Amino acid sequence: MGYIPCGLHFDRLLSFTVAAGGSDGVADTVTETGAHDVEFRSVSKRYGDVVAVANVDLAIPKGAFVALLGPSGCGKTTCLRMIGGFEQPSQGTVSIDGRPMNGVPPYRRPVNMVFQHYALFPHLDVEANVSYGLRQMRPRIDRREVARRTAEALELVRLGGFAGRRIHEMSGGQQQRVALARAIVNRPAVLLLDEPLAALDRKLRTAMQIELQSLQRELGITFLLVTHDQEEALSMSDLVCVMNAGQVIQMAPPQEVYDRPGTLFVADFVGKTNRLPGVVEAGGGVLRLADGRRLSVASPAPGPVTAILRPEAIGIVQGEGGHDGLPGTVTHRIFLGNSVEYAVAADGLGEMLVTVDRGGAHRLVQPGDRVTLRFSPESLLVFST
Amino acid sequence: MRALVSAVYLFLYAPIALVVLFSFNAGRNASEFTGFSAAWYAKAFSNTFLIQALQNSLIIAFTSATLAAVFGTMAALAIERMGPRMRVVFDGLFAAAIVVPGVVIGIATLVALAAVFSVLNPAVASLWPGDSPPQFGLGYASIIAAHGLFSMAVVTMIVRARIASLGRDIVEASGDLYATPWGTFRQVVLPQIMPSILAGFLLAFTFSFDDFIVAFFVAGSKSTLPIYVFASIRRGVTPEVNAVATTVLVASLFLIFAARLLMREKSRTGQGDT
Repeated sequence: MGYIPCGLHFDRLLSFTVAAGGSDGVADTVTETGAHDVEFRSVSKRYGDVVAVANVDLAIPKGAFVALLGPSGCGKTTCLRMIGGFEQPSQGTVSIDGRPMNGVPPYRRPVNMVFQHYALFPHLDVEANVSYGLRQMRPRIDRREVARRTAEALELVRLGGFAGRRIHEMSGGQQQRVALARAIVNRPAVLLLDEPLAALDRKLRTAMQIELQSLQRELGITFLLVTHDQEEALSMSDLVCVMNAGQVIQMAPPQEVYDRPGTLFVADFVGKTNRLPGVVEAGGGVLRLADGRRLSVASPAPGPVTAILRPEAIGIVQGEGGHDGLPGTVTHRIFLGNSVEYAVAADGLGEMLVTVDRGGAHRLVQPGDRVTLRFSPESLLVFST
Repeated sequence: MRALVSAVYLFLYAPIALVVLFSFNAGRNASEFTGFSAAWYAKAFSNTFLIQALQNSLIIAFTSATLAAVFGTMAALAIERMGPRMRVVFDGLFAAAIVVPGVVIGIATLVALAAVFSVLNPAVASLWPGDSPPQFGLGYASIIAAHGLFSMAVVTMIVRARIASLGRDIVEASGDLYATPWGTFRQVVLPQIMPSILAGFLLAFTFSFDDFIVAFFVAGSKSTLPIYVFASIRRGVTPEVNAVATTVLVASLFLIFAARLLMREKSRTGQGDT
């Protein structure tokens, strides 16, 4: 499998500007260069009084692996279905490859979808399922060409010997790959994946994540994946688009989404967090926590804030250790093999989650022990509330 | 309790068993069995009136079942696309059509047809360029119409159940893979619902072939097999009638069995995980 280092991809991606949440000027300039496969322009979708998607601007760069991430009901699947043509936007325009797609039925769109429950045709065998799309094309594709491309696609998903199998004779993981082959055999401009790994068990899911990623690199097709699993989004994609309540909250590479979340919601949804309510004092620069402790932070606006601290940004030391740490008592310990998770009742601040990597010769602390938590103020993410 | 159940089954099946037994009676008397013979079958099938009635029944059953299968499937497909509120109404109407007693269907159809003919015939006569305008009356068409309407409800119910279990997924997948709506119907929907349509056709055929009540009202001068049998037993039950009844019984059982088999087959493959 061809492997392209991540860095190379990012260089390419960073040259595109990502329009998310209403920066119209950016979206306009990008269309002209034709660098985008999919573009939403102030797209809304309403079902009666319910707003599923609210005024979304979105641009998916060509050849990227993009994850639409959000809780269920955030509008991510509706977005995907509007690209597929199964839903029409109530307002705005969805463009594919620079062409507006309003009113274009699914069968005339250059995209293919991998459905959540695969949606394979039970009355056809594996080969007939995979070749289905090719057989619909007009003018007709030569029969040998269809057979060749079908075999190629099956080979690509490592189902070479399964052409004649019935669908119900295949395992869940194999059906998943048939669904994948059935979509990529048509060489769509964009491949849409609707929670494709949700029905698989954990081990298979991890294997498929790697497989999907290398498949995308190999084919160079734009992948647009819908998921509610942040781990899946972070591990596979070049760009993560976090959605909530029908809106795009942040779109950025995974590291940026994790390290510099744009909002409290993103910080909370992507990864585990400790929330520390406090106030930035007049004049700025000093955060006063609930226990009266003062920390210097780079937060601009004075006023009430919530500071976010990632569990892995906290160090844990046995015993009461001077003035600069947070004292507390360990309440739970979860041993995860390569790391340990502690729940610590920090004095005056409530429960804190701490993750410690075992690589650094960490000495295990017992529940009930008095400990001191240490962190550097730079690792605090401060959001006005 | 067990004795009661046995008695119920005895009263249910003994008469039928007797009919089958006496159809092979060598003697003429319907009350004593005098030896095994297939002679009555030969006699029944050389009776021209009976053959004519049988032929009528087959033509009517085949035509009405075909119409019911086609229109019932179309209705099922249409109901599937309705909004949820309309769908409930139409599902209810079709279910109600099935439980309406045969007598009511018979009378209603007769009254309706009589009304139509009383308007249609004078109208055609006044417009007809020649001397002898065609007269529309009761006959094949009226029985086919009455049977077809009832059977259509049966087909619709069966096909509807199948379509509902198909799921929107594979229809959308087909569209996603460049198939036009007609292409999707032909390549995905039809193959999946075909067993149900066939099952519906067979049930419709059986219903029409066996029906006496509705046919009796709207047959006019035409005679179907059940009507012929009814007419002939006024002259006493002969082994010939037994032979006919047994034939109808076997044919009906076969058709219903085939229909059940088709319905089971499709629900099994529909699961996709056996």
